[in-house]
Formats: sequence, structure tokens, C-alpha cells
Amino acid sequence: MSEMIDPFIKALDQVEQTGPAWLDALRKQGAQDYRTLALPHVKLEQWKYTNLKDLRGAEIAAADAALLDALPATLPDLDAYRLVLVNGRFDADLSDLGGLSDKALVKGLEQALEDGDIETLGGGFEDAALVSLSDALLRDGAFIRIKRGHMLDKPIHLVILSVGSDKLTASHPRIVIDMQDGASATVIETHMGANDSAVVSLPVSEVTVAEKARLGHYKQQLDNAQSYHLAHSAVTVAEGATYDSFVLQLGGKLARCDVRCLIDGAHADVRVNGAYHAGNGQHVDNTSFIDHAAPDAKSAENFRGVLDGDGRGVFQGKILVRQIAQGTDGQQMNRALLLSEKAEIDSKPELEIYADDVKCSHGATAGDMDEDQLFYLMARGIDADTARKLLIQAFLFDVLNEIDYAPAREIFHDAIAAKLGEIA
Amino acid sequence: MSLLEIKDLQATVGEKQILKGLNLTLRPGEVHAIMGPNGAGKSTLGYSLAGRDGYEVTGGSVTFDGKDLLEMDPSERANEGLFLAFQYPVEIPGVAGTTFLKHALNAKRRHHGEEELDGLEFVKFLRGKAKELGMNDEMLKRPVNVGFSGGEKKRNETLQMSVLEPKLAVLDETDSGLDIDALRVVADGVNRLRSPDRAILVITHYQRLLDYLVPDFVHVLADGKIVKSGDKSLALELEEKGYAEFVSAA
Ligand SMILES: Nc1ncnc2c1ncn2[C@@H]1O[C@H](COP(=O)(O)OP(=O)(O)OP(=O)(O)O)[C@@H](O)[C@H]1O
Ligand SMILES: [Mg+2]
Repeated sequence: MSEMIDPFIKALDQVEQTGPAWLDALRKQGAQDYRTLALPHVKLEQWKYTNLKDLRGAEIAAADAALLDALPATLPDLDAYRLVLVNGRFDADLSDLGGLSDKALVKGLEQALEDGDIETLGGGFEDAALVSLSDALLRDGAFIRIKRGHMLDKPIHLVILSVGSDKLTASHPRIVIDMQDGASATVIETHMGANDSAVVSLPVSEVTVAEKARLGHYKQQLDNAQSYHLAHSAVTVAEGATYDSFVLQLGGKLARCDVRCLIDGAHADVRVNGAYHAGNGQHVDNTSFIDHAAPDAKSAENFRGVLDGDGRGVFQGKILVRQIAQGTDGQQMNRALLLSEKAEIDSKPELEIYADDVKCSHGATAGDMDEDQLFYLMARGIDADTARKLLIQAFLFDVLNEIDYAPAREIFHDAIAAKLGEIA
Repeated sequence: MSLLEIKDLQATVGEKQILKGLNLTLRPGEVHAIMGPNGAGKSTLGYSLAGRDGYEVTGGSVTFDGKDLLEMDPSERANEGLFLAFQYPVEIPGVAGTTFLKHALNAKRRHHGEEELDGLEFVKFLRGKAKELGMNDEMLKRPVNVGFSGGEKKRNETLQMSVLEPKLAVLDETDSGLDIDALRVVADGVNRLRSPDRAILVITHYQRLLDYLVPDFVHVLADGKIVKSGDKSLALELEEKGYAEFVSAA
């Protein structure tokens, strides 16, 4: 190990002390754990393919609670309740939460803590330094609770904005989603920068989907090309519950979404899907861990990626089927399209099975464009260049069909088209 | 002047020579049928005309509407008015049928210096064409050929043809897999395209499509060459006798 000073150590000197005692304890534990664990290193199996060396020596400041006059013009317009975080802090002016039922609590996390809505936080990740860091610096974020049996009438759009400055700044939004028994809702997350400055965004999500509840959870990561996005998400799914999720990663210089999903009840239905595109200078990592700890549940992961220029993709997917989890159905697939000699994909699927009556599969493919499809388009008069573009986008569009909620499919479709270019 | 003139065409697939000096001339307004045993090289002829990679022309010439066809890339050939209806249409997940056809039609219009159709104009135009072929909106919105039945794929090829209005349509077993009603619908679609300045080349194994289209000429392709040509009665003769005579000669 080098003697370089850890970029986040300094921030630990300013750990908050507001709120209930359990929160203080969580922060202290987080700070202590982060000091022990430190910034993840490629020698850790989990971080083998994603190297944070550029952050290691960097000077990182805590992001200010910046003020924004308006939402970014490129933000998709959705008929939804809108909760906006700016640098991790709830922004009431930019949010639009009017008309919410009293069966739905949607507010800033700091407010929720103050209101006594939350009795505990943390957990779900072990030995995850960046989650410990987030615990230590926990202060604000988003809080969503849909009460027992309630079906939310409109989706919630979580808009997570970073406003960078001349220094590299870090923010630590905490996103808490609590779906009580039989509740149902759709949450769309848009992560983006409000300007072109480099930032480090370290969101940590804690999601619980209780018995027979249903959550559609769709995230698009559109951070700017200078920025770091290191997200952790811990999801617990109870008996008969459905968690339909999708992560679209198009932004960032280095981006990683790490999803851990604990299947805690029988007959749960979990879908962790995603699409990603990394162009020149981009590194995009999707890491997932599906823990089948109950029988007869289903998990499906379907990822698609396009790697162009010297873009690099990482897919790590582990499925654990515990002995108790008989009747598990676990499927996983990562397909990557490599468009240049320098593009790279590292796929690491892992199955660990201790039950005998299971149906599990995983697969990974990496390759070039389908020549038959290319010829078919050209045989209809479409020039080679346009045909290629169409097929590249189509490869990503296709996996959007996994999303259960049409408006989310549409905005993700538009986001892909916006990055890869409209086709004349 | 002929619309398509193929002279002594030789083509290899992989290392294997498939077309071994094929001659064929189509004049505007004509319908030609090609029949022949499996593996004779009929699809290879279609692919060679359309310019598919891996189908290497090693000799001979092809003149299309006065131009050297073999000089052009596949999209130019299409825009010049050549259309190949595939024996095995390709599925393209993620590309909606309407999007695909709009790109194709506008590419052709651009090529000919015509104004492109906007979304609304195009949808109206396409609906009209689709209706003629008994295809509904839902099918057009779906990704190209994905999940289509064999017959639906062939219908879709016919739709593409009627949208693009080619000068020369090469139909590679477009009749295979069609039920009796669909066969008539497809045949009607092809017949609507017929005009004094267009030509049609039908590759088929069966007489039934020819009953509707009534070819001016029927050719037998065996072992990479046209080994016999005649009028429509040749098809009936082949139906009865098979290809034994030609295969043994090969
Ligand atoms: N990619 C390929 N590699 C090797 N041989 C090939 C390839 N494609 C075609 N062939 C061979 O070329 C020959 C001609 O094939 P082609 O598809 O043109 O036949 P066809 O006359 O269309 O037959 P069918 O009536 O069965 O459609 C066959 O022997 C086939 O096996
Ligand atoms: Mg054939």
C-alpha cells in the first residue's frame, strides 16, 4: 500500500452529530469502519476490474449545499411526483410533491429523521468501505414510504443532481425506499450533473419491499463525463413481493452500480436488469449480488452493454442460492457489443448453489455486430453507417423491454438516443 | 434494353464455387421464374445480386438498368431499385418495423433527390400498403420480424417490397410457408407491382405461386447454371418429372 493519504479521511473529521442516538452510533461505526477498510483497492476481489487509482491521490472536498435556480433543461419531463436532491441535500423548491396521499411519505431524509419516521438505517452491505463512508457522513437524502396496501397513483421521480465547483467535490445522498405490505409504486431515478465540473457521487440506497408489495425501480445514470459515480444499493424483498428494476448507465468517467438483493421470502420475483454504454474514456461497472435465502423465488438479470473507443465495461454478477432456497429460478445474462479494438468488457458471473432443486443459468457474450442484420438493413437501402448506428441503439433498446413501466422505457430510450445520436 | 443482364456469373461461397457461369436476361415488364433442386445455387444467385458479404463473385458481369451492379454496395443496389425478398428473413430486435421501413424508404428517396417523408406522411403511406397485405398496426410497431411466424415474415417481405417499389424484385421462396389465403395476398401484392418498366424474378419450388403470377419464362437452375429455359409450361413439366434429368447431368 502506498503512503498516499486517503481522499476521504479528512471528511471524517466533520461527522455530523445531529439526530437520534442510534444515528450517531451508525455514523461513528461508519467512520471507524472506513478508517479500517479505506478506499477500495484492485487487490480486493470485488474491485478487481475497477480501479479507483485516480481518486486515491485526489483532493476531494465535501460538496456544498448548492443552490440551483432551475432544473437542468435536459431533465426528462414526467408526470410524476418529483423529489430533488442537490449535492445530496433535499431541495424543497425544485421538488414537486403536491397532492400526495397521506398513505405515502415522500420527503427529504433529514426531515424524515426529524419527524421520527425512521428507526434504523444501515446494513445490507458488509465490508463495503464506501457504504461505511456514507454511514459516517449520513445527513440527508430521499425518503419514500408507501404504507400498507397503498397503490401510489403516479410515479416518483427522484432527481439527484450534482453541482460541481473548481474543486473535486463529493456528495453522499442516501435514498431510503420502504414499501410496506401490499404497497405498490414506481420510482424513477435520474442522476445527472447540473454543470460540467467533475464530482464524486456516492449514493447509497436502502430498499425494502415487504410482503406482496411491488416496486418498479428504474435508474438512469447520466453524470457528466468527468465525474465518478459509485453507487450502492441494498434491496430486501419479502414473500410474494416484486422488485422490477433497471439501471441505465450512460454517464460518468468511472461509474459503478453495486446492487445487493436479499430475497427474504418465498415466491418473491426479482428483476435486476440494465443497459450501459461506455465511449472513449469511460469505465462502467455493474456489480450485483442476488442472495436467494428463501424458497421458490425467481430472479432474472439481463444486461446489455455497448463499448466503443477505449470504453470499458465490467459486469460482475453473483447468484447465491442458500440451502433453504429450494425451487429457486435464477437467470443471468450479460451481452456486450464491442465496437472497437480498444474496447473491453470483463464479465465475471458467479453461481454458488447449496440447494438441489434449482433452475439457474448464467451466460455472457461479447462480440461484434450481427452481419446478417447489417446486410438485411443494407439490402433495404440503408447505408452501412446508418445501419450500424441503428443496430447499436437497437441492441440497447431491446433490453428496455424488460422494464414493466412504459414511460420509463420511453425516457431511457430517449436518453440512449441522445447519447448515441439521432439517426437521420 | 434489358433491365438485368447476367453474363457468365461465377460466385464462390467460402472456398466452394456455387455459380458456374450463369446467364440470364430480364427485360422490363417480364416475370421470370427460377426452379431447381435444393442446393443448386438459387439463393446464392439472389445474395450475389444483392451483394452479400461472403458471396464472392469471381467472374462474369451483371448489368442492372445500364449500370454495373457488382460495383455497388448493397444499399446502393437497393436504392437503384433492386429488391431481394429473403428466403429466411432476418429478425432485428430493438428496431420497430415502422422505423426500419421509414429509414429504407427515405434512403431511396434521398438517393433519387426526392423529398423525405415526415413521420406522419410515412405512417399514412405505410398503413395503406399494410392494409393491402392484411397486416395490422400492431405488427408494424413490433421489432422487425421478431416473433413473427414463418408466413408473417414472408408477408412482411412483401410489404417491404410494396413500400420500396423496386424496379426488379427477386423473390426467394416467398411462397414457402404461406397458407392458401396468404399465398393469394402475397401474389396480389406482387401483381400490383407489375408494370411495363419493372421485372420480377421468382425463385420457387412450387407451381401454386406461378398460377397467380403467370411467368413469361421459366428456367431451371442446376449445379450453378441455367440448364433449361422455357415458357410457363416448363414449370408444370418439372412438377411432374422432377429434376432427375438435370441432376444426373451435373
Ligand atoms: N456459408 C456457406 N458456406 C458453405 N457452403 C454454403 C454456404 N452457403 C451456401 N452454401 C452452399 O451453397 C450451395 C448452394 O446453396 P443455395 O442456398 O444457393 O441453394 P438453393 O438453390 O437456394 O437451395 P434451396 O432450394 O434449398 O433453397 C449449397 O450446397 C450450400 O450448402
Ligand atoms: Mg435457397
